[in-house]
Amino acid sequence: MLKYTLGRILSGLVTIWFIATATFLAMHAVPGDPLMNEKATTPEIRENLARKYGLDKPIVEQYVIYLGNMVQGDFGISFTQQNRKVNDIIQDHFPVSAALGILAITFAALGGILWGALTALYRNQLPDIIIMFLVILGISVPSFVFAALGQLLLVNINQWFNISFLPVAGWGTFAHMIVPSLVLGLGTMALLTRLMRSSMLEIVNEDFIRTARAKGLSPSRIFFQHQLRNAILPVVTVLGPQIAAITTGGFVVELVFAIPGLGRYFVQAVQQLDYTVIMGTTVFYGAFLVFMVILVDIIYGFIDPRVRLK
Amino acid sequence: MIPHPALQADDFTPELSTDSLEQLSRPSLSYWQDAWIRLKKNTRAIISLYLIIGLALFTILGPFLWTKDPSAQDLDQISQAPALPKTALLVSDYLPWTPPVDQGHPAEPTGYPDTLDAVTGFAIVGTPNTQSIRLTWSPVQDAGGYSIYRSESEPSGLQGLGLPLETIDAGNILGFEDRLNLKSQTYFYSIIPTDGLDEFDVVTTLKVTPVQSITMSQALERGLIDPSDAPGRSVSLAFHPFGTDYLGRDMLARLMQGARVSLFIGVVAPFIYVLFGVFYGGFAGYLGGKIDQFLMRFADFVVALPFLLFMILFKIGFGIGPGESGILPMLVALILLLWPSTARLVRGQVLKIREQGYIEAARLLGGRPSYLIARHIIPNTMGVILVTLTFAVPSAIFTEAFLSFIGMGVAPPTPSWGSMCNEGVKTMLSHPHELFFPALFISITVLAFNLLGDGLTEALDSKMRSRE
Amino acid sequence: MLDFDFRDLESITMPKFFILTLFLFAFSNPILAQSVDAAAQTVKIALAQEPPQLNNMTATDQVSIFVLGHVMEGLTRYDRRGNLAPGVAERWALTEDSATFWLRKDAKWSNGDPVTAHDFVFAWRNVVDPKTASQYAFILYPVKNAEAINQGNKPLTDLGIEAIDDFTLQITLERPTGYFLKLTAFVTTFPVQEKFYRATGSAYAADSKDILYNGAFRISDWVHSASLKMEKNPNYWNSEAISLEVIDAEYITADTRARLNLFIDDKIAYTQLDGETYKDALNNQFRIKKFVTGSVYFLEYNYRPERITHNKKLRQAIQAVFDADEFVNKVLQTPGNLPGASLFPSWIMGVNKPFRQEYPAVVTRPDLAKAKQLLQEAKAELGLEAIPPLILLVSDSPTATKQAEYMQGMLKTKLDLDLKIDVQTFKQRLAKMTNGDFDIVGAGWGPDFDDIMTFGDLFASWNLNNRGRYNNPEYDRLVRKAMNSNDPEVRMAAMAGLQTIVHEDAIILPMYEQGVIYLQHPKIKGMRRTVVGSDPDFTYARIVP
Repeated sequence: MLKYTLGRILSGLVTIWFIATATFLAMHAVPGDPLMNEKATTPEIRENLARKYGLDKPIVEQYVIYLGNMVQGDFGISFTQQNRKVNDIIQDHFPVSAALGILAITFAALGGILWGALTALYRNQLPDIIIMFLVILGISVPSFVFAALGQLLLVNINQWFNISFLPVAGWGTFAHMIVPSLVLGLGTMALLTRLMRSSMLEIVNEDFIRTARAKGLSPSRIFFQHQLRNAILPVVTVLGPQIAAITTGGFVVELVFAIPGLGRYFVQAVQQLDYTVIMGTTVFYGAFLVFMVILVDIIYGFIDPRVRLK
Repeated sequence: MIPHPALQADDFTPELSTDSLEQLSRPSLSYWQDAWIRLKKNTRAIISLYLIIGLALFTILGPFLWTKDPSAQDLDQISQAPALPKTALLVSDYLPWTPPVDQGHPAEPTGYPDTLDAVTGFAIVGTPNTQSIRLTWSPVQDAGGYSIYRSESEPSGLQGLGLPLETIDAGNILGFEDRLNLKSQTYFYSIIPTDGLDEFDVVTTLKVTPVQSITMSQALERGLIDPSDAPGRSVSLAFHPFGTDYLGRDMLARLMQGARVSLFIGVVAPFIYVLFGVFYGGFAGYLGGKIDQFLMRFADFVVALPFLLFMILFKIGFGIGPGESGILPMLVALILLLWPSTARLVRGQVLKIREQGYIEAARLLGGRPSYLIARHIIPNTMGVILVTLTFAVPSAIFTEAFLSFIGMGVAPPTPSWGSMCNEGVKTMLSHPHELFFPALFISITVLAFNLLGDGLTEALDSKMRSRE
Repeated sequence: MLDFDFRDLESITMPKFFILTLFLFAFSNPILAQSVDAAAQTVKIALAQEPPQLNNMTATDQVSIFVLGHVMEGLTRYDRRGNLAPGVAERWALTEDSATFWLRKDAKWSNGDPVTAHDFVFAWRNVVDPKTASQYAFILYPVKNAEAINQGNKPLTDLGIEAIDDFTLQITLERPTGYFLKLTAFVTTFPVQEKFYRATGSAYAADSKDILYNGAFRISDWVHSASLKMEKNPNYWNSEAISLEVIDAEYITADTRARLNLFIDDKIAYTQLDGETYKDALNNQFRIKKFVTGSVYFLEYNYRPERITHNKKLRQAIQAVFDADEFVNKVLQTPGNLPGASLFPSWIMGVNKPFRQEYPAVVTRPDLAKAKQLLQEAKAELGLEAIPPLILLVSDSPTATKQAEYMQGMLKTKLDLDLKIDVQTFKQRLAKMTNGDFDIVGAGWGPDFDDIMTFGDLFASWNLNNRGRYNNPEYDRLVRKAMNSNDPEVRMAAMAGLQTIVHEDAIILPMYEQGVIYLQHPKIKGMRRTVVGSDPDFTYARIVP
C-alpha cells in the first residue's frame, strides 16, 4: 500500500509539472502584453516594468527561474495587485473559498444522495417526477440566475419581516455562508441526485440484494448496508474533483455575494494576463485536484474491496 | 427377471421430425434489438422523441414559416413583452425643438431664495407621442433652474419621483423635451424648482399618455407604408408574438435561429466527448495498473488547465478571423477540454464491474479486452453514462454562450439560446420574457434528453426486465 | 475559476427552503447594523473592486484613486464646493516658468512626523524615475526635465523640484502651464515620506500598515477583497472640518445588482445603477440622482494607409447616418447620458463659461441621402465596387457588444455596410489596438485632470493613446499652440479649431457623454460627485439625524 501510494504521489508530481509547463507556455503564447494597460505607456516604462517582473529575459530562462521558485514554494509577486505576493493571495483567499466550498459540498452530497435514493425508491412515481423536473430546471437555468434570485429572496424576507434574517452579501459569520453555499452546491447536488438514482436502480436488481431480501433482512438494513454502499461509487468519483473545484472558489457566487474567495482570481488573472497569479492559482488547483483524485482511488478500495487498482 | 420386450425394427426408425419443438417461441433478439423494442414501449422515451422531433421542426421548418429577420432592429418596440400586434400613428420625421426662453425673466436669482413657489402652468406642447413629449411651464419667481423627473406610477409628494431626466440650470428656460425610450403608457412628470444648486421641496406633477407613433422614414425603412402615405394615418407595427429583445429584435425569429447553434453544440459536442470519455475511461479502468495511472493523470492534467486561457489560445490557433463564427473550432475545443469528467466516472464504474464474475467468465472464454469492454462493461455502466450525457447538454449550451461572449464561437448578430439567456438575466425583473423564452427552450431540450436517457437506461438494462 | 464541468449548473430544490426555515432563528442577526449612523457619523459603502494600487505614485484605477483621495492630500485639494483650496501648501506663487509653494507647518503624517517639502521632492522624483515605471508619470511632464528623466535621458536630480527648506517647495516648469495648480491636487503628485518608503522595502502599499497617511482619513482595517475601513485621521491638520468618523467599505463586488440589493437592505448608503438595474430601483421608490462622469465615448478609426477607414468620405458617410440622439435614447436608455457631438465633453471649462457654450459643436441631424452620396464618392475614390466588411473591435463587456450590435444593424439597414464585430478580452483587445489590427474601435476617454488639454492632445501624432495613428500637422500645430500658452483666450481658440477638425475630418464618431444614475442615502449630506480625482468625495460629507 505504501509503495502504491508513493507511486501515485510521484505520478501526481509529474502531472503538476506538466500542468505548470503547459500553462506557462500557453500564457506566453496568448497575444496581449501583461504590462500594457488602457492608457498607453512609453517603451521605456514598459522596459522597466519588464525588468521588474523578469519578463526581459529569454523565455527558457524565465521558465527555469519560475520552476526553481515554484519548487521552493514561491509563486512570485502579482502583476496587477500592488506588491502583493501570490502566496499571500492564496493564503488569504483559499480558506474563505474552502469554508464555503465544504459547506456547499456537504449540502450537495447529503442532498444528492438523499434525493437520488428517494427517486430510485419511488421510481416513476410522483416524488421521482417532481425531483427530476427540479433537477432539469436547475441545470437549464444559468447559475447566476439562482445566485441573483437567492439574494433577492433574502432582501425581500428582510424587508417583509423587517429583521436582519440573513445577510444579503458579505463575509464574516456562518450566516453569511448559508445561501451562497446552497447556490454553489446546487449544480453538484443535481448531478449527484441523477447519478445516485441511476446507480441505485442498477443495484436494486443485483443478486446480492435479492439474497439479502430472501434472507429476511429488514428493508432499512438492506438499504443502508447493501444498496447505498454499492451505489455510492459514482458519487465518490464525482465528489473528489468537485471538492477541488468548489473549494477553490466559484466566480459567480463570489461576485454576487461579495465573498473574498479565490474564484475571482482565476478569472481576473487570465483577463489581465497576470502571469504569476495565473501560474499560482493553476498550480495550486492542479495539486489539489491530483491529491483529491488519488484520495478517491484509495477510498474506492474501502467502499468496495473488490476494486483493485493494480 | 423381467423379459425385455422384443425390439422391433421400427423401433429404430427416427421420430417424426418435430422441428417445432426446437423453434424458439420468440424471435432471437440481440441485446440492442431487445433494447430497441423495449425503448419503443417506454412512455418517457416516446415523449422525449416527440419533443426532439418538435425541436427539430422548430429549428428547421420554423424559419420558413416565421420569416422575420432575426437581426432586424425595431427601435420602436424595444424590450416589448409578448403582445398582440400594435398600431401606431404615422408622424413626420423628428425635428429638434428649442425650448422657450423667457427673456424678461432672470436666468439666475439674485442671492439665495429661502423658499420657492411650486411650478405652475406645467403643460404639454403639441400631441405627446412616443417620438417625443414636450413640456412647458411658467417661470417661478427667484428660481435658478428646474429639475424634471419621470415616473411610471403616481408619485406621492417627494416620494417615487422616478427617473431624474434633466436638471436645467437657468430659471428662464421654460421647456423640456423627453425622448428617452418612450412607450405608449402613462407617465407622471414632476418638476421641482431649484435655486440653481439645490432642489426645493415643492413639486408639480403632470400625467401624460403618449400615443404609439412611428416616423415616416422609419416606417418606410421597414416597408410598413408606401412613400405616398401621409402622416396622420395609422400603421400596423411589426408583430412580435414572443416579444422583442433589447434592440427590438424579434424573439421568436431569434429563438429559431439560435436553436441551430445551441442544438448543434448542445447535442453534438456532448455526444462526441462523452463517447470519447467512455472509451478512454473504459480502457483505463479495464487495463488498470500503470496504463490506468498514466491515462488518468493525463485526464487530471486536462482538467487542471485554465479553461479561459486555453480557449483564448484555441481561438488564435484556429485562426478565426475577426467577427467570424467559429462553430467547428469551438466544437473541437469543447471536446478536447471537457471529456475527462466522463472518463473518470466510467473508469470508476469499470474498476468495480471488471471484478464481477461474468467478466471473469467472459475473459476465460477468450474474450478480448475490446470485446469485453464494448459488450459487457460499457452496457453495464450505461446508466451513469447517460446521466453525464444529459448533464453535458446544458453545460455545452452555456459554455457556447460564454465562449461567444469572449469572442469565440458565434459572432454577433447571430444569436444562440445561451447568449440570449445571458442577456436576459440582466433585465430578468423588468423584462422577464427575455430570459424566460430561451431558458424555456433550453429546459425543453434538457428535459427531452433526460427522458430519452431514462428510457434508454431502462431499455438497455436487461435486469430491469424483471420489473416490467 | 472557469471549469465548465457541472458545478456552474445549479438548481433550486426543496432543501433550499427547508434549510432557510431551519436557520431562521438559529442564525438571525439581532443587531440591526444600518448603512448610516448619525450619532457615530459612520457611513457604509461597497467598492466595485479591491483597490489594486494604493501606491499613489503608480495608481491609475478609479477605486485606488477614490481611496487615496480620502487618505492622502497633495499641495492643493478640492474643498466642499469643489473649488481648489490650500492643502499641504498654505499659499503659493505662480509665474510663467516656476511655482513656489509654502507648506503649512501643522500638516502631519499619520506617524506624527511633519509633511515636508522633501517628501514631495522624493515622491515626484520617484514618479518620473523610469525604474518606478509609473503610467501617470506624464502628469508631471510640465515640470522641468520630467519627460527627459522619464525616458532615461537625464538623472533624477535634474527634475525641476527643490526643497528650499523643510516648508518651501520650488518648482521649475518646462513651459507655461496654465493648469499646473490643478495637477497638484491629483494623487500622482501626493507626497511620500522617504524614510517610511525605504523601511517598507518592496512592500509599500501592499497593506494598510504599509502606507503613511496625511489625508482626512486613514485606513484602519483592510481585508483584501473583503472590506476596507477608513477612519478619521486625528493627525490631519484640518480634522475639525471633517464630520465623518468612519467610511466603511464593508463589501467589495462588481455586481451592480448585488450592490442595489445591499442598498435596499440598508447595508450600504451609496450605489451606482446601470441600464439593467435602474428599473428595479424605481420600483423601490428611491430618489434617483444623476451625474455626468466626464468621460466621452466614441468610435475611433484606423488611419493606417492600408485600411479603408483611411478614406475621409467613408468616415463622413458613417458620421452622416449616425443618430446620436436615437442611440442615447433608445439603446443606452439610462437618463444622464448626452448625445455625443464633440471630442470635448460639455462640462469642460472654456475661458469664462463651459467651452461648449463658448464654442458650440456642430450638430447635424442624420441625413441618409447625403450619407449615401458620400459612400458613393468613397467607393469611387477607393476604386471599389463595394466596401468590404469593416472590422469593429470591441471589448467583451455586455454594453460594448450591445452598442456594437446596434451599429452593425444600423449601418447594414441604412447604408448596406457590413460590420464585423471583433469581440476581444481585455488584454487581447489592447494588443490589437496597439498593433492597428482593426478598422474601427470602440473607445472612451476620461479626464486625467481638470483642463481641456486632457482631451485635446488625444489625437496629436505623438500621443501613444492615438491608436488609430491619426496624423494631421494642423491638429498638431493647434495642440502645440495651446500647450505653450498661458492665455486662456489663445488656448481655447486653438481648441475650437481642433474641435472643427475633429468634426470635418470625422476623426472620431462621438457616441455619447457618459452619465450615470445613482442612489444615495437621504441622510448623507455634502457628498460630492466629481469628474476628476476621487469620486464620490466623502471628505466633507456628514450624516444628518
